[in-house]
Amino acid sequence: MSVKLNKKIAAVAAGFLMTVALPGAGLTADTIKIGVAGPHSGDLASYGLPTVNAAKIIADKINASGGINGKMVELLIEDTVCKPEIATNTATKLVSDGAQMILGGICSGATKAALPIYLDAGLLVISPSATNPPLTQSGDYPNFFRTIAPDDAQAQLDVDFAIETMGYTKIAVIHDKGDYGKGFAEFAKQFIEASGKAEVVLFEGVTPGQVDYSAVVQKVKQSGAETVIFGGYHPEASKIITMMKKKRLDATFISDDGVKDQTFVKVAQENAEGAYASGPKDTSNNPLAQQAVQEHKDMFGTDPGAFFENAYSAMLAMTSAAANADSTDLAALKKALQTVPVETPLGSITFDEKGDAIGVGFSVYQVQNGEWVELK
Amino acid sequence: MDYFIELFFSGLSRGAIYALIALGYTMVYGIIGLINFAHGEIYMIGAFTSFTVATILTILGLPLLAIIVLTGIAAVVWSASYGYTIEKIAYKPLRHAPRLSALISAIGMSMFLQNYVLLAQTSDFLPFPTLIPDFAFMEPIAHIVGSTDLVILITTTVSMIFLMVLIKYTRIGKAMRATAQDRTMAMLVGINVNRVISATFVIGSSMAAIGGLLIASHIGQINFYIGFLAGIKAFTAAVLGGIGSIPGAVLGSVVLGLTESFATGYVSSDYEDVFAFSLLVLILIFKPSGLLGKADTQKV
Repeated sequence: MSVKLNKKIAAVAAGFLMTVALPGAGLTADTIKIGVAGPHSGDLASYGLPTVNAAKIIADKINASGGINGKMVELLIEDTVCKPEIATNTATKLVSDGAQMILGGICSGATKAALPIYLDAGLLVISPSATNPPLTQSGDYPNFFRTIAPDDAQAQLDVDFAIETMGYTKIAVIHDKGDYGKGFAEFAKQFIEASGKAEVVLFEGVTPGQVDYSAVVQKVKQSGAETVIFGGYHPEASKIITMMKKKRLDATFISDDGVKDQTFVKVAQENAEGAYASGPKDTSNNPLAQQAVQEHKDMFGTDPGAFFENAYSAMLAMTSAAANADSTDLAALKKALQTVPVETPLGSITFDEKGDAIGVGFSVYQVQNGEWVELK
Repeated sequence: MDYFIELFFSGLSRGAIYALIALGYTMVYGIIGLINFAHGEIYMIGAFTSFTVATILTILGLPLLAIIVLTGIAAVVWSASYGYTIEKIAYKPLRHAPRLSALISAIGMSMFLQNYVLLAQTSDFLPFPTLIPDFAFMEPIAHIVGSTDLVILITTTVSMIFLMVLIKYTRIGKAMRATAQDRTMAMLVGINVNRVISATFVIGSSMAAIGGLLIASHIGQINFYIGFLAGIKAFTAAVLGGIGSIPGAVLGSVVLGLTESFATGYVSSDYEDVFAFSLLVLILIFKPSGLLGKADTQKV
């Protein structure tokens, strides 16, 4: 008896679901909803907002020329503040709002937390800036792609620069204990040890937001390091480099693209002079990059910020994959991303099996007269 | 040995900053038995006020000394008025409510102020102007004690002495001590308790503002979030020294600053907070009222 009743309930429920689900299917037919997730407020907002701008520019362009195979692009912009606990809420909200593809995840930690939710919903995620290596290399997130090279590529470049170009033999490695900074620092340490030409004299984590870092700077001085390789973001980097100058420590400073931001130079002022950091290759000679920057100026009246070109490229790759696949089904999108090259501000890119963009890399930059200058 | 001295001074100047903030916690607790969680935000507002005033005065081209003094005064006045207002808005209406209500109100105030500065100012880090120049006579030992460290230590010491004198010898100081001992009795002998409480908030906030100004010119940057961790650390220092006790707050702060510095220097900065809080736990196990706190006998 109870079995029959359950069947009846199930049948009624199924019927009810169908009537509810049908109008939904009708709605999604004429728009493609792209979720844009990233820090749009808080202290890392300067990394997230350029991606929103890139998404808006491309969405406007596509919609003005008739959409993706006739479907209009609609953006769902949601803030993650770069905090894992908020990013999961954001992900759930985007999924329930009907997003079909996701542009973003700016910080690695927040992106990693949100990815399982997108994976369960079968959504493609392309990040312009999440560089934590396992995101692609672990194979846990087959829905994840990125238009930036992973941290280990950066760490390798920074270590080669320190050892081969500068000839340092004693290196202090410091990080901010976060997914991104610590990941980068551990790779740097591993590569330094593997090179056999230099030693890691100090490996430490600092607490972000701490009142000051003078004790750790004294420790660097005591270790006799010729350079500090720092993994983390610009707020800690500018505090550490300022304190290094205050304590008359003349070791150089090498960091990652979390630091290669104009805010670092603005905040550390004259103390930033001479600091090195790796960042995405300078693409300003690429006509598409020039066009993207011009579009940003026309639409927002300012120069674009961090990761703008990566975001622009990610958005282009995503929308052209959707056009080529004529669907937002994950398997079809993946096939398109991996086989059809896309012309982007970063050059012509496709993606490898694991989701990393082929043909995207890093260069070393130095602060010279208050500007980041690419070193050839 | 040099290394030891370097770490010692790093810890001492950090402790001095903690002390300026911890005083506000301990004074307010001593008088109304409330943990004023919005106090870290007062420190942050002091730093922001200093930033604005110092930037304007620098543009006007005033001499450096005038800038420092005027900035200090502006930060103190502005933060003190915030402290005064917070007490009137968030705590006074709850004075007879259960303690928990006032505590929640304090946490709410802290979040409100953080977000208010975030929205009204910026979420970015701002470069703080170099107010304290590198003194030429400090150059030989600049690698151990910088000019800013020196200014921090001197200013904190002067502020402490000023506060001690104020509490010990002035009318308002006596009224504060009386209110701390027994509020009802103080009222009965004609002390205007409301005014004493306001004065406590004003003095505590002024100290925090000085701390904000000093640390901002020491590290050269500010942000709306700096009050949170500094506030937690200063609160820890106040508890360590015995909350409610003014010398205790100073001692607790110096001990905390030195512990953090030596833990970083001799063990690892990864464990800086582990050491700081293990110390707190240990002291509270063996001396639950803190280093200089008075044991509270419960009347049954």
